[in-house]
Amino acid sequence: MFLPRLVKRSFGQSWCLQGVRWLLALLLFGVTAVAFAADFDAAVQSLNGENFTVKEASIGDVVDTGHERSSTVLESMLNGLLYYRKSDGRMVIVAPVEQGYQVQDAASGEDLGVLGKRKVRKIAINNALRTSLRNALARLSLSSTERDVRYAAVQEMLGTMNKDSRALLEDRLAMETDERVRDLLGTALALYKLDSQDRDVRLQAVQDLDGSIIPQVRNRLVGLLASENDAEINRVLKQVLGSIDARLQLYSLAETAFFGLSLGSVLLLAAIGLAITFGVMGVINMAHGELIMLGAYTTYLVQSALPGHVELSLLVAVPAAFMVSGAFGIAIERGVIRFLYGRPLETLLATFGISLILQQLVRSTISAQNVTVSNPNWMSGSLHINEAFSLTYNRIYILIFSLVVFFALLAILKKTSLGLQVRAVSQNRPMAKAMGIRSEWVDAMTFGLGSGIAGIAGVALSQLTNVGPNMGQSYIIDSFMVVVFGGVGNLWGTMVGAMSLGVANKILEPWSGAVLAKILVLVFIILFIQKRPRGLFPQQGRAAEH
Amino acid sequence: MLLAKLYQQDRGGSFLLMALLLAAVLVPVLNLWVPESSPLHLSTYTVTLLGKYLCYALLAMALDLVWGYCGILSLGHGAFFALGGYAMGMYLMRAIGDRGVYGNPELPDFMVFLSWQEVPWYWNGFDMFWFALLMVVLAPGILAFVFGWFAFRARVTGVYLSIMTQALTFALMLAFFRNEMGFGGNNGLTDFKDILGFDLQADSTRIGLFLVSVLVLALAYLACRYIINSKLGRVVVAIRDAEDRARFVGYKVESFKLWLFVFSAVLAGIAGALYVPQVGIINPGEFAPLNSIEMVIWVAVGGRGTLYGAAAGALLVNYGKTYFTAAFPEIWLFALGALFVLVTVFLPRGIIGLMRRGKDRQS
Repeated sequence: MFLPRLVKRSFGQSWCLQGVRWLLALLLFGVTAVAFAADFDAAVQSLNGENFTVKEASIGDVVDTGHERSSTVLESMLNGLLYYRKSDGRMVIVAPVEQGYQVQDAASGEDLGVLGKRKVRKIAINNALRTSLRNALARLSLSSTERDVRYAAVQEMLGTMNKDSRALLEDRLAMETDERVRDLLGTALALYKLDSQDRDVRLQAVQDLDGSIIPQVRNRLVGLLASENDAEINRVLKQVLGSIDARLQLYSLAETAFFGLSLGSVLLLAAIGLAITFGVMGVINMAHGELIMLGAYTTYLVQSALPGHVELSLLVAVPAAFMVSGAFGIAIERGVIRFLYGRPLETLLATFGISLILQQLVRSTISAQNVTVSNPNWMSGSLHINEAFSLTYNRIYILIFSLVVFFALLAILKKTSLGLQVRAVSQNRPMAKAMGIRSEWVDAMTFGLGSGIAGIAGVALSQLTNVGPNMGQSYIIDSFMVVVFGGVGNLWGTMVGAMSLGVANKILEPWSGAVLAKILVLVFIILFIQKRPRGLFPQQGRAAEH
Repeated sequence: MLLAKLYQQDRGGSFLLMALLLAAVLVPVLNLWVPESSPLHLSTYTVTLLGKYLCYALLAMALDLVWGYCGILSLGHGAFFALGGYAMGMYLMRAIGDRGVYGNPELPDFMVFLSWQEVPWYWNGFDMFWFALLMVVLAPGILAFVFGWFAFRARVTGVYLSIMTQALTFALMLAFFRNEMGFGGNNGLTDFKDILGFDLQADSTRIGLFLVSVLVLALAYLACRYIINSKLGRVVVAIRDAEDRARFVGYKVESFKLWLFVFSAVLAGIAGALYVPQVGIINPGEFAPLNSIEMVIWVAVGGRGTLYGAAAGALLVNYGKTYFTAAFPEIWLFALGALFVLVTVFLPRGIIGLMRRGKDRQS
């Protein structure tokens, strides 16, 4: 709802500006685009005027042409990279290289090769010119057709408001149509008015700034509070600052919650397969982390096989990772674990051995180094809600993905016949067998399902973290903690456990640092398990007695 | 007379003690008095390596005491080992005095590097050897006591206990990696110079440490054997085989478990304290869960519930590790992983179990 509106507006606006440009070109000059370019060329050439007054006027001319290279030229001038060629006086932009300068034509951008240092001379500027250059650049970006460029330009000017920039912004405000840019323009002008000698103007400005959560505003207001003498203004200032702080606190709380849920979703993804193999079957699978790793490597291999199709490869990777990790899981179950049912400690050791083998397998066949898995475009960037609060897309998608996986798994266990058989076998194996359920087949399928889910988790995690042979190890302890904390044999417990541990971690983090937060959470779980050995949501009934 | 009785009752144990006696005589002779040119000469490197294996053997024995006889599979014994090691390391660190890189007589190098002004309070006393020895026993002992007191009273058993111990050592690893903890962070404690005034680099000191390790291992074996043969030991085995029954008969199961666990942790701490001066470094990597779980496989390979089997397993697996990681580094993890799988599936009683079965068949 939010997005289409923006698109429509900026589209309409650029169309409108295009029209203005056309009209200008037609009416005022009555010539074609060639003349327009020639005009720009002349303006650039005159930047090398004999004195600073001429140069200053030429800067205005360059801006007025509206040419796309105007800001490039002016920026080079500001940075002292605008030179002229001694042979013919052409204006050039230089970049220092070993043999002299790499030179390009200022007006056209055409590459003119490398010139000796003595063949060119710098265009001199002074402080007054620097100021007008900065203003000109600001004006250029303020009149950009891109909404975000304009917004950034105003943002840039917030801290350094003066009379010139004020005039500039007031002009802009008169023709600006975008709501967010207008708001920011208002904020910038109010900031300027805070310096006014007139008490009423200051008071009005403070009131205008109420509720603004831009960091510069808060800093300015705090500064004003120290220097302001007027009692009325001070009272309002305190009020305004109070409401700003309250809003900021709210947003930082929301941010902590989001980060916590995001971490929780990672934990959930890592633990959910384990909730099946450990929780439902009671098998301690120490190779679970490596099954996640296999899923991540499957993503990598699929991407290598489909170069250039990042989106598609990710779609292919999800089922592929499920198959790969699931197949490995079934092989582990059939090859090793089924000989060890009823001996959980031995299962733990054997699967740990398997985890070592899988790690070395990846190291030997693919690489001992981390591999890079690329993200699709729609996963990078962030959803910008306001100055104090933005959510990165990849975390949002992972959060959604983890919930989808969770509910899909829940549905499989509750609604399908496989799920029914799994639950029957886990609750009472002899009785299930007597009812004609092939319990061995169910064991293999259950283990394959849990392992396959681990593979899917690997696909998601490959988008967030490094993919390397050791990546599984960093999840295994956390995963077990989540399952044990949530209560063995209870998927909802795993979900609640993962989310609450994630949020707890992030609440502790600013106060104690990341590592200490993790330690505290671990210690908390260790103590919690002493109090409630069966976790948050213990299994009820006779099945729980094992 | 006594020895004959021991031999009658415990062949494996007496074999272990004989082997230790033999090593205690042969190793110093071959290292110090056989000239280097001779093929029989034992290099100081090998002596140190053997000393290291003995520390591992002691550690494995400590683990076997709780796992083999009481069914408590601890995946956190590396934590106790490392704590003992850190206590010894702190003494060795203070013994460096002003010979460190920064030449500060009071502060160890890493504290100077972090620009700390004075030694943190918990480093006080570590300049005295007896205090460090006390801490070698107390630090792991108290941790085991607190952990066990909670865990055993709440009747956390089996796999849950294993995972909890693993979380414990993982948490400690994270904590010791922090510079703020004041244990040297990532780099740990190293660059030791001497112990009780003896130069750690000297051959004679190495031999001395080796002999102490032999002695401690022998004494630890006898102590463990004494405990197992006592009435307490028989109760412990009963708890392993039928915990509920032992409880209903009237034994306070958690107290038995707790004291055995603490004793085992102390042994592990002593092993760590012997280990550190020989290898010359202790860092948070010793807390890694992987290390603790590797110890379990030493015990499993040797044969749990025998004590001497655990020691033999530790020697064997670590010799294999030294050999493989040098000769075929790629293969080592495959071999170790396969060892885990094969031993648990095919050799639940380890090599000792295999030998006993062979003997039973013969007779």
